[in-house]
Amino acid sequence: MDRHLLGRFLRPVLMRLVQALLVALIIGALGFALMAALPGDQAFRLAAARYGPDMGDAAAAALVHRELGLDRPLAVQFLDWVGRLLRFDLGHSLVTGAPVLEELAMQLGYTLALAGVALPLSALLGLPFGLLAGLRPGGPVDRVTLGLSVLLRAVPAYALGLLLVAVFSIRFRWLPPAGFEGWREFILPALTLALGLAALSARVARDSVAAVAASPYMAFARWKGLPERAVVLRHGLRNAAIPVVALLGLQLIGLVEGLVIVESLFSWPGIGHALVHAIFARDVPVVQGAALVMGLIFVLVNALVDLACALIDPRRPRAAA
Amino acid sequence: MRVLAPGRWLGLLLILALAGFGILGPWLAATDPARQVLADSLAPPGTGYWLGADHLGRSMLARLAHATRLSLLLAAVTVASAAIPGTLLGILAACRGGWVESGLVLLADAVLALPGLLLVLLLAAFAPGDFLPLYLGLALAGWVEYFRVARAMARGMLARPHVEAARLLGFGPGYVLWRLLLPGLLPTLGVLAAFGLGNAVLAISTLSFIGLGIHPPTAELGSMTTDLLPYAHEAPLMVLMPAALVFVAVLGCHLLAGRGRA
Repeated sequence: MDRHLLGRFLRPVLMRLVQALLVALIIGALGFALMAALPGDQAFRLAAARYGPDMGDAAAAALVHRELGLDRPLAVQFLDWVGRLLRFDLGHSLVTGAPVLEELAMQLGYTLALAGVALPLSALLGLPFGLLAGLRPGGPVDRVTLGLSVLLRAVPAYALGLLLVAVFSIRFRWLPPAGFEGWREFILPALTLALGLAALSARVARDSVAAVAASPYMAFARWKGLPERAVVLRHGLRNAAIPVVALLGLQLIGLVEGLVIVESLFSWPGIGHALVHAIFARDVPVVQGAALVMGLIFVLVNALVDLACALIDPRRPRAAA
Repeated sequence: MRVLAPGRWLGLLLILALAGFGILGPWLAATDPARQVLADSLAPPGTGYWLGADHLGRSMLARLAHATRLSLLLAAVTVASAAIPGTLLGILAACRGGWVESGLVLLADAVLALPGLLLVLLLAAFAPGDFLPLYLGLALAGWVEYFRVARAMARGMLARPHVEAARLLGFGPGYVLWRLLLPGLLPTLGVLAAFGLGNAVLAISTLSFIGLGIHPPTAELGSMTTDLLPYAHEAPLMVLMPAALVFVAVLGCHLLAGRGRA
């Protein structure tokens, strides 16, 4: 029993830890390469960005040069770079000069708030349809849900967001098209994200429910005279939930991608927006920091999904995905 | 060729129609997609321009056709560059086993550690607006899927009696690969590739929309939407056109792939 528990809960966590380390290494290496690949003399550009174009002279550049240690050999700089990354010292923004960690902490709040609204919303939109469709495979609800989800998944997220803005903010003037002050500003970005995710989760819920509904243990539960409520609640729901929860991990990829797009579209001051913005500004420390935080959140939530799956599914441990 | 389900035929039809538009459109419009006639700015469809002219007085038909061709071509090249090495490496890993397999699996896991888009964005950061990082990023993030599927399937097939017999009889690796393994793998890999094609079209246009894909003045479906957005009030249809083409392309690919995957 003890070893069994260990295998079920400890192994996935260890795997995810290794994954987190990999994420940090890949992003750190790419960040360092980005830094080295910036065209021109970095120090001059930074001096000009910091002190204004008129003050960006050789003296200011030399100051920046020394400050960032740009005169050391590349290998030393790389080791230093990765070392600082592992201590979670993300450096300072090349543009604003503020510590990256501080900026990201604020943006992370906005991103988590948006994701926190969008995920439940997508469950609310997708799961009931999936459930109804799965209970009557081939029925009218199933066909309509299938059609809707195929259509919805083909709409680019940016076009979906623009359509929602066109309808709800411009045509009917119900909701603000941008901003981030009150709950009304949450609706359109969250809905854009949620619709895309719901299109996928409805399909998975449908397949999962259909598979469970057709299973021999459900038929047996009915034959032995259990009331329908008990059959569905005790035998159906938990089994159908396993793939749906496992799918959450897959959905996260969609969520990370969606966040980048939706935040850019709605000018939402979150991490995805910061990442895109920093790429334009060639602000490498912010690019690296934002990518690292997004990557680590991805790993963390995947670890939580692993644990949830292990909790729901008491059978032998599944290999880490 | 095996008979496809009706939905998949429809998908194939949509993609062929778009490819036809991409090939014939430039010939139909017969103008340079970059030629500006500022006097014709936002000209409605019909007035000398079949689909109207954009805010700089460029023919929408010519631009849409060029953009469609670009999207489909780039997506197809991306998918091929992900699918072919991915499949071959997957088969190699299954055949060889040992440290070759462990190394390749480790590499694949390293790529999968990150959401694909993050990798593409980080590569795009090297040269925003360039083809090369976009293509490299998408191919690099994409090969893993083919690798994993090909490896898993090839492992099963290698253990089947007829394959084992062929290998024992001394048929070379080329024969085993072309005659025994690939024919069995192709239907599944085809479904993956059709999905991949749609997702590549989607990714290219989305990245171009946020300004990290292909830059203007090259006509691209995503960046055309961005360009025309300020004129949404005067010409709503024109904003819709490029996004609608992306929609049709992705829908076609997903339908062609079939509902084999949720």
